[in-house]
Amino acid sequence: MIDYSFPGLFNYWVVFLLMMIGFYIVIVHENLIKKIVGLNVFQVSVFILYISMAKIKGGTAPILADGIEVYSNPLPHVLILTAIVVGVATTALGLALVVRIQESFGTIEDNEIRDIEERQE
Amino acid sequence: MNIEIVTSDLLNIATLIFLAVIGIAIARIRNLFAVVMLSGIYSLMGASLYVILDAVDVAFTEAAVGAGASTVLMIGTLALTSSREKAATSPANAIKGLIICTLLGAALIYGSLDMPLYGDPSAPIHHHIVPRYLNDSMAEIAVPNVVTSVLAGYRGFDTMGETFVIFTAAIGVITLIGRKRRRRKTSKDDGGHDS
Repeated sequence: MIDYSFPGLFNYWVVFLLMMIGFYIVIVHENLIKKIVGLNVFQVSVFILYISMAKIKGGTAPILADGIEVYSNPLPHVLILTAIVVGVATTALGLALVVRIQESFGTIEDNEIRDIEERQE
Repeated sequence: MNIEIVTSDLLNIATLIFLAVIGIAIARIRNLFAVVMLSGIYSLMGASLYVILDAVDVAFTEAAVGAGASTVLMIGTLALTSSREKAATSPANAIKGLIICTLLGAALIYGSLDMPLYGDPSAPIHHHIVPRYLNDSMAEIAVPNVVTSVLAGYRGFDTMGETFVIFTAAIGVITLIGRKRRRRKTSKDDGGHDS
């Protein structure tokens, strides 16, 4: 009989720590590139949440072969494959916006951009 | 019940701790080049974790696209902007952010307390449609890799939607950066007329 209390919920708790690190970077830091890196940190933590749920102890990768009884759950893997590619698409779009903001304002610090906009008004 | 500690569980915990340390370093370092490199390492650690958790397809996508392509994109952006985070965050904002994150994290941990334990085969996630994928996909799609047959077969529309998203993002990037080139050209033309 396998005891499932180790590592128990540890994966999810580290995922929540990573999520909060990413969220903190997004809401507190002023630099726009840093914000996008924070978004990536958050994204990867969500991926780990899904993949941790898919794991079955004693299971193996979901590639069918003779003599193997237990496979881990393939469905979260599929969802996260899609999410990774979409994540890179959003990163690319965000970085393109950062380049345009640098061109228009000469800075990528959020507080400086806000100051410039207030002066224009 | 005997506590059976498997090597993969220890690797899992070690990799997660590595990820947490890298995450904190990303939050604290102000040199953006170092931050971008660390985010590449973070993605690679994530990819290693996916291998430990049996998600090999996800692992090589993350290593190629997450650690490779997005790092390249970010370095390109650094070359066009600046590689130094200027302002230190104001202490008031930092404290507000810490309070919000602590509360939200506590709420998430509270919400996780009745989740199924890691690796438990009786969790509901493993009993809805997944047994059908595992038992019948060889007869129906004839690809041994179940992830492939779900991605391209059972959930093909999902993948088509993903393609639309990438297409939209590509159009957005071209519009944003292509406009810059055109404007530069016209300003050059204007200069030519003046002289």
